[in-house]
Amino acid sequence: MSITQFTYSRIPAEAESLRDEVREFLQNNLGDYPTTARAQSWMGFDAAFSRKLGAQGWVGMALPEQYGGAAAGPFARYVIIEELLAAGAPVSAHWIADRQSGPLINRFGSEAQRERYLPPICRGESYFCIGMSEPNSGSDLASIKTSATRNDAGWLLNGQKVWTTNAQHAHFMIALVRTGEKQAARHEGMSQFIVDLRLPGITIRPIRDLAGGEHFNEVFFDNVQLDADALIGTEGKGWDQVTAELAFERSGPERFLSCIELLKTLISAVGRQPDALQSREIGRLSAKLLTLRNMSLSVTAQLAAGEHPAWAASCVKDLGNLFEQEIPEVAQLLLEAEPRQEGGSEHAQVLAYLTQMAPSFSLRGGTREILRGIIARGMGLR
Amino acid sequence: MRELFESTIERLLADLATPEYVLGCEGGEWPAELWAAVEASGFTLAAVPESLGGAEAGWADLYVLARAAGRFAAPIPLGEALLGNWLLGKAGLEPQTGILSFAAEADLSLRDGAVVGVLRDVPWGRHAQSLVAIADRNSATPSVVLLSTESAASQTLSLNVAGEPRDSLHFTGARVLACAPLPASLSVEVLQLGGALLRSAQIAGALHALLDMTSAYASERTQFGRPIGAFQAIQQQLAVFAEQAAAAGIAAEAAFAESDTLFATFTIAAAKVSTAEAASVGAGIAHSVHGAIGFTQEYSLHLLSRRLWAWRSEFGSASLWSQRIGQMVCGAGGEGYWALLTDHANQQLCTLERKSA
Ligand SMILES: Cc1cc2nc3c(=O)[nH]c(=O)nc-3n(C[C@H](O)[C@H](O)[C@H](O)COP(=O)(O)OP(=O)(O)OC[C@H]3O[C@@H](n4cnc5c(N)ncnc54)[C@H](O)[C@@H]3O)c2cc1C
Repeated sequence: MSITQFTYSRIPAEAESLRDEVREFLQNNLGDYPTTARAQSWMGFDAAFSRKLGAQGWVGMALPEQYGGAAAGPFARYVIIEELLAAGAPVSAHWIADRQSGPLINRFGSEAQRERYLPPICRGESYFCIGMSEPNSGSDLASIKTSATRNDAGWLLNGQKVWTTNAQHAHFMIALVRTGEKQAARHEGMSQFIVDLRLPGITIRPIRDLAGGEHFNEVFFDNVQLDADALIGTEGKGWDQVTAELAFERSGPERFLSCIELLKTLISAVGRQPDALQSREIGRLSAKLLTLRNMSLSVTAQLAAGEHPAWAASCVKDLGNLFEQEIPEVAQLLLEAEPRQEGGSEHAQVLAYLTQMAPSFSLRGGTREILRGIIARGMGLR
Repeated sequence: MRELFESTIERLLADLATPEYVLGCEGGEWPAELWAAVEASGFTLAAVPESLGGAEAGWADLYVLARAAGRFAAPIPLGEALLGNWLLGKAGLEPQTGILSFAAEADLSLRDGAVVGVLRDVPWGRHAQSLVAIADRNSATPSVVLLSTESAASQTLSLNVAGEPRDSLHFTGARVLACAPLPASLSVEVLQLGGALLRSAQIAGALHALLDMTSAYASERTQFGRPIGAFQAIQQQLAVFAEQAAAAGIAAEAAFAESDTLFATFTIAAAKVSTAEAASVGAGIAHSVHGAIGFTQEYSLHLLSRRLWAWRSEFGSASLWSQRIGQMVCGAGGEGYWALLTDHANQQLCTLERKSA
């Protein structure tokens, strides 16, 4: 693993040509969507909007055509999602399905599973959540206790997941659970299941976040009976499958665009005649953003070439999260604008909201320390 | 072309630009042997049109030359000669063999084939045989001029923090060796941009070498009965260093790749900002991980770290380029921000009044 993995890749012209189309679509469908709502970035939930995107062919577009996708390359998808994120479009409903669950099912699922799950994902109708974390297993994911045991009808699921984003809205959870005894090798004996969240024995309770929003949940499984074909991929290979998802999960533009709305309101609030400090800081952030985007595109090129850039993806996420988290700080530095939950300017409200959201950026999807540990391992230090 | 360039220059520099040799050149010693080898390989003419005897390589390919020069801390004006000859070629002038450098900071007026004024901060100015600069920058008809160093009335010698010559040359009516109007497609800032472009690649190369050196050291040095690289605090620092080195590499490469037809001003500015920040972070971590041994003259770490400290501020600091980007961005407003970032064609930096220290 080395920094030479990062080579510059321009977005191919064919993918680039989608950009105007998305912008026009957003203008027509989201023209009056308020700035404060856009600030939610990929946490904004709107099923009707997701279905509209599905009708455009922009959900699951990298999936094969026979399942409703467009067999589009990763760059085409990149252009679509970065435009959606840059506009603050409400993409939360289908986000996980599009980014992670769809590709996972396509890669590891059986033919029957692909036929069942992928077409509704591509229509923007079927939503997924990720069940990994548990009360006693956060960074140390391999210590999970939720388990599925085989019985005549399939599998019996027991245990608890927590911090599950969108579990209250999603149709399915892809859960990582224990299916064998804890082995000498920590990473064995785990499997992934597609859990239908309407099944009896499942309780979902939203957990309010510090800003009062309800995004994540705790999910309890009490003798939930799963069909045999709820297992996705290979029994006992859950860890490897989860690791394969990470490069998709960690390198995308959502890892550095979470505060783009604030950067925009800041620039507008500063105005066209910035003083030296304002232009310097806004310029510095813009330079970083351009560089991060080029890093992220480079990982996309590696994914397109069939490589497994988990190491490079960790670099993008860590640097990207630092960048996102810096934006509210810089906003405070440049303007005497007090953050406001209610009242005040749009900028003051966006600042209040994203100041509160910022700590989560370097927690969700793997903490700063864990990412740096992965990078160090790739460098041969561990 | 890129692969061939890279393998040839790396072999050449690995053979000749050893740490002892580089150290010996600090303070102004001219590396005649190394320069002769680089010239013999034709690298100084790489960007020159084929019709004028060059390889007509674009900046996308030239990236690896500048990066290698940084990786080996090469004490020669390789990038300077490349850029100088490239500009001569653009202006339809004969390329130069011999030691060629350029001045981005030129306050020069041209009358009847003779120049009056000063060239500041010229890399290896005292050793160069000829210099490229732009005269009459503030007029409607700026010119590309080629000057003989010998024709300077006086020189003010100066060294950067790595002991590399950065000299000023004063001209009081010297005849130019050649001159031509600056092509309309080029800005009067072309040498400032080109200098920033070159330094960003050199920083990327030096950071890569420094990262390799520092992670190797962390695996060898033992304290408390373990290699220091086994301590999580050290691992986390090295991970941050790797991220910064990767960012520097891609930022510099993007700037070269996007500049093949026209200098991509925003991308170049962003590269200088990103590489300058990475230089600061990387040099700091490298020294911290090396402990006292890295603070000695004998150990070659400082050959890289002192160059990073020098190069990050040459041809515009992170602060200067950030400010220029910021003015462009604020000019477009919050509404136009994303469109501006994603559209190379419209990213034109405005000029900035420069306050010198
Ligand atoms: C907004 C949000 C949404 C989320 N959505 C989901 C979701 O949809 N699905 C899901 O499964 N999870 C989700 N998570 C959970 C997320 O994955 C975990 O928060 C994360 O993995 C960290 O686990 P933890 O919170 O238990 O912290 P801990 O693991 O307890 O970590 C606390 C601190 O200790 C540090 N630490 C831990 N171990 C080490 C170590 N070995 N070395 C050094 N430092 C260490 C961490 O870096 C951190 O700083 C979400 C979290 C947030 C905040």
